[in-house]
Amino acid sequence: MSSSIKISGVDRVYTDTDGVSVEALRGIDLDIREGEFISLIGPSGCGKTTLLRLIAGLDKPQAGELTIDGSKITGVGPERGYVFQQGSLFPWLDIEKNISYGLRARGVLKTKKEKVGEYISMVGLDGFEKSYPHQISGGMAQRVAIARALINEPKALLLDEPMGALDSFTRSDLQDKLLELWKKEGTTMILVTHDIDEAIYLSDRIVIMTPRPGKISKIIDVDLPRPRHRGGVEFLEMRRQILEFFRLAQALPQPEYNI
Amino acid sequence: MDTQTVINTAVLSASPRTENKGQKAEQTAVKKGYRSNTYFLLKLLLTVSGFIIAIGVSLFFPQKAEIVIKDYALSAFGLTLNLTMNDAYIFVLVMLIVIYTVTGLVSAGNKERRKKFCKNAAFRFALGIGLALWDIGGTKLAFFPQPFFPGPAQVIEAYLSDGEYIIQNIIYSLRLYAAGFSCGVVLGVGTGILIGWFPKVYYWVFPVLKITGVVPAVAWMPFALTLLPDTFTAAVFLIVICAWFQIAFLTAKGIQSTPKQSYEAARILGSSQKDLILHVAIPHAMPDIFTGIGSANAMAFTTLVMSEMLGQPGGLGYYINQSKVWSAYYKVLAAIVIMAVLFSFINYIIGRIQKHTLRWQEGVLKK
Repeated sequence: MSSSIKISGVDRVYTDTDGVSVEALRGIDLDIREGEFISLIGPSGCGKTTLLRLIAGLDKPQAGELTIDGSKITGVGPERGYVFQQGSLFPWLDIEKNISYGLRARGVLKTKKEKVGEYISMVGLDGFEKSYPHQISGGMAQRVAIARALINEPKALLLDEPMGALDSFTRSDLQDKLLELWKKEGTTMILVTHDIDEAIYLSDRIVIMTPRPGKISKIIDVDLPRPRHRGGVEFLEMRRQILEFFRLAQALPQPEYNI
Repeated sequence: MDTQTVINTAVLSASPRTENKGQKAEQTAVKKGYRSNTYFLLKLLLTVSGFIIAIGVSLFFPQKAEIVIKDYALSAFGLTLNLTMNDAYIFVLVMLIVIYTVTGLVSAGNKERRKKFCKNAAFRFALGIGLALWDIGGTKLAFFPQPFFPGPAQVIEAYLSDGEYIIQNIIYSLRLYAAGFSCGVVLGVGTGILIGWFPKVYYWVFPVLKITGVVPAVAWMPFALTLLPDTFTAAVFLIVICAWFQIAFLTAKGIQSTPKQSYEAARILGSSQKDLILHVAIPHAMPDIFTGIGSANAMAFTTLVMSEMLGQPGGLGYYINQSKVWSAYYKVLAAIVIMAVLFSFINYIIGRIQKHTLRWQEGVLKK
């Protein structure tokens, strides 16, 4: 299940209590294809999370329009799942109940009960059904959050730096898990990240955003074959290009020869 | 034990000279302490010996003070038993010995409980000795000022002479407490949710709650007694308002502190507005609700006893007042002992419910 998302001419301005306004997004145009894995990358303040919240329906644009499969996005909907950076599990529910929350909320828990166990196994959490969120690690908690979003069978999964708070080993584990789920479910994936390696490793396309005002500066097609090798020549070349774009990569100083 | 082992290991690695000593200490340490059976039996003996001494004092210490020792006829199961207050007191002591021995033997098999039992031995011994000294000072020699400080046997005499009447009063108190406190919890949680959820309700009701909440409930007694149809309803009303304000206050606080992200996550997963209250806000507020219930409970006990003392036809507070009039201070003490046991038991029940409801939090509390 997947869908295409069209974003056209979207502006979002925030005004704080002193009347100072900040242009979080200006003139965003983006077409996200069905079943695509797309990453939004950029420094903080570039509006990538704002854009993701607009797609989720948690926020509304001042101008422009967002549509999913041709119908306008006016609010949250079960066809768009969302994974927060961290701490979004309900601490008072055990893992099983956290994962089945969406089914219960939509009143389909009785008819789709067998799905709960299936999604628990899918993210490799068998045996932790009765544990509470405080008893599991950060990586496991994010897997629960992903399973909880996927159990509603969304057409698109929106991921807001889901691996930002994890250590690098857990992170690469979870990245592979995410790819596996993406292949299996065919869901459109929209990932917000500040990790360039993560974006290259996972995405079909990388959307580079820049701040003040938040806008799309460049879209890079990642046409490397999968599975990708993090240390491969093309991988590193692409990494260098992106770094260069942000002027983070500087030419090494010439060695000095004093003879 | 664990820290001990760690220290030993640290010593071992630090200086090779003490290696042998360290190992020896470790070996003996395994058999030492609560793990050793001899040690455990000694602790069990210590636990009960205080009460045995108390029995000895009651039986063999000469009765110097002039105190009338009456016989009370108890009949149950077709048998009639003649008991003096000393017999009843010794019976209680024997029961304590039996209870502690059984507890000791039951906990022998469990490491944690065994450790705890050993730890409590000294206190329980002191309890027995305390009873013995109290018996000497209050009953045998009566050098405590009388009738204000009667001995333990005289306190138990109150149960022999007034047993049925005391039970009636306990039931009266419990009825009052149950009616008042349960209404208070329901109203308190209900208003708290409304205040916490609807900003309009917060604006209009919260200041009223904040101002009236600090007034002790018994201050309303004159109104309660005149405006309400009977004294029972009046006392219920007082307990209700003392529980209501406290619980509403904390429930509102808990609802309001629910993180925005929890609501967003729930909405995206398909929650309706009703769902957000029932399945997000209320569970999140549960720890605060229980804090409110805990402190409201303590205030409810105070209000209960005070309103019974000031205008109820029954209850433990009434019994205290009535006994005071006759200078029967042993009965006052008897009622106080019952209150201590009864209120501790109610606290225990609330504690268990709280622990079960908030089990998802347990690890957080431990850390």
